Amino acid sequence: MQANTPPDIILEGLTIGYGEHAVVSGIDAVLPGGKISVILGGSGCGKSTLVKHILKLHPVLAGRIVVGGHDIDTLDRRGMHCLRQRMGVLFQDGALLGSLTLGDNVALPLREHTRLPEKDIRERVLSKLGLVGLADFYDYYPNELSGGMRKRAGLARGMVMDPQLLFCDEPTSGLDPVTAAELDQLLLELKKSFEMTMVVVSHDLDSMRAIADHVLVLGAGRVLFQGGLAELEATQDEYLRRFLDRKAQERSTPRLTMPPLDQKMMKRDCGKYLDE
Amino acid sequence: MIEGRRAALPPVARLGDAALRLVGEAGAMFLFFLEAFGRIFRSWGQFHKTVRQIYFIGVKSISVITLISLFTGMVIGLQMYYALAKFGADGFLGAAVSLSLVRELGPVLTAIMITGRAGSSMTAEIGVMRISEQVDALRVMDINPLGFLVSPKLAASIICFPILTAFFDLVGMLGGYLTGVLLLGGNSGVYWYRVSAYLKMSDISGGFIKSLVFGVVVCTICCYMGYFTHMRRDSVGPEAVSQATTSAVVTSCVLILLSDYILTSLLF
Repeated sequence: MQANTPPDIILEGLTIGYGEHAVVSGIDAVLPGGKISVILGGSGCGKSTLVKHILKLHPVLAGRIVVGGHDIDTLDRRGMHCLRQRMGVLFQDGALLGSLTLGDNVALPLREHTRLPEKDIRERVLSKLGLVGLADFYDYYPNELSGGMRKRAGLARGMVMDPQLLFCDEPTSGLDPVTAAELDQLLLELKKSFEMTMVVVSHDLDSMRAIADHVLVLGAGRVLFQGGLAELEATQDEYLRRFLDRKAQERSTPRLTMPPLDQKMMKRDCGKYLDE
Repeated sequence: MIEGRRAALPPVARLGDAALRLVGEAGAMFLFFLEAFGRIFRSWGQFHKTVRQIYFIGVKSISVITLISLFTGMVIGLQMYYALAKFGADGFLGAAVSLSLVRELGPVLTAIMITGRAGSSMTAEIGVMRISEQVDALRVMDINPLGFLVSPKLAASIICFPILTAFFDLVGMLGGYLTGVLLLGGNSGVYWYRVSAYLKMSDISGGFIKSLVFGVVVCTICCYMGYFTHMRRDSVGPEAVSQATTSAVVTSCVLILLSDYILTSLLF
């Protein structure tokens, strides 16, 4: 991998899953370097699983993943060590270590992998926390923060080694619209300032429209679409159109066939309270 | 699916399958221990983490060990005094109390108490980290989870178990003194003379070796169970953490007693 070039991620004939169970098969895709690629799809379609395979947290069932010209399956220990130090990850719930303060969480990769003196580490950590608006929360523990703050702190930790590759697993899920938009803005600023390859897992269409340069849509155990945002918006594929227009699938049979539960069948009679 | 296939096997094949899994699990645990042990000496950063674990496993266990050892010693003093008095051998109370404590009860009860107090929390801590992706986060930060989470605990266990066992023995002997001498009127000088006369260095080193082995066994099992919480077949999520914690405590206690028998046969 070139030192300053944001690397491409190439997926060739990839089948991913857990144990013998394949979740997505036949993935042939390129996530271009220096761009934000959004992996889109319904719940449980394998978006996070794909990222975990790219991070080599699970072995692939078939095919290969090439990051910056290196097949991660054949990369030796030292190679993987170097690659991982160029990667930053924001997990779905931040995955901050509960026993460490926010400052210590963000400082962890610096303490483990660099010879920086403590003063410089603190300076860098404060700068990254400042980037996500959490500089005043250095000494707070993760359980003292809201979900959105934990996500932002996770992003600061992912950024602290100045990575060339940043993976964000559902960065805006569970956030209010304003915070979500701010996080999107932050990702765009990071891409612009640090020239990095970003892979964002999401099913948030507004977020996808705000940040995506490249989109990969997963569904039904395969890749349904890959290409630019404009191309995706113009698609006439029925499933993708429904997904993009947020339309529910039409059903021939009614779903609510059971009558409402009779209050008389309840173990405790609450009728008089409900009548009031 | 796999469970269903197992259930369909004939009883003898199921027994064989269970035996193979047991051997496989024991081998995996041994490799887990070897890697964690090797990573104790990797960097100076481990030293601070180990000191923190020594505080958690060792210092915080002192109160409970004091209580248990005092009452254990007092009960032994009481029972032994009456038993020995029947043969007019009550003067040997010091020898009986000290030998039973140093050779057997000290290492075993200390290990069981630390399993309950610190071992269970080791499993729960690592298990929760596993199901909340914190272990994955360590891996993608290129921080070896075994070195970061398990090695300091293992080093602290190797240091703390023998020290706490020695403490248990000492307080236990004082407990025996309390009941045998102060309460029942035995001779104080004879009690301590018999302790020093009958307690040999081989007894002390045997107890020391036992406590070392128990420290390794307890820490390895508790950390292993927590580390592989997500692989459990009987439960998932928070329930898996609680099941892993229960399994860790039960397996540790069983293996403490099993290895105690083997070590006693070999050492004494």
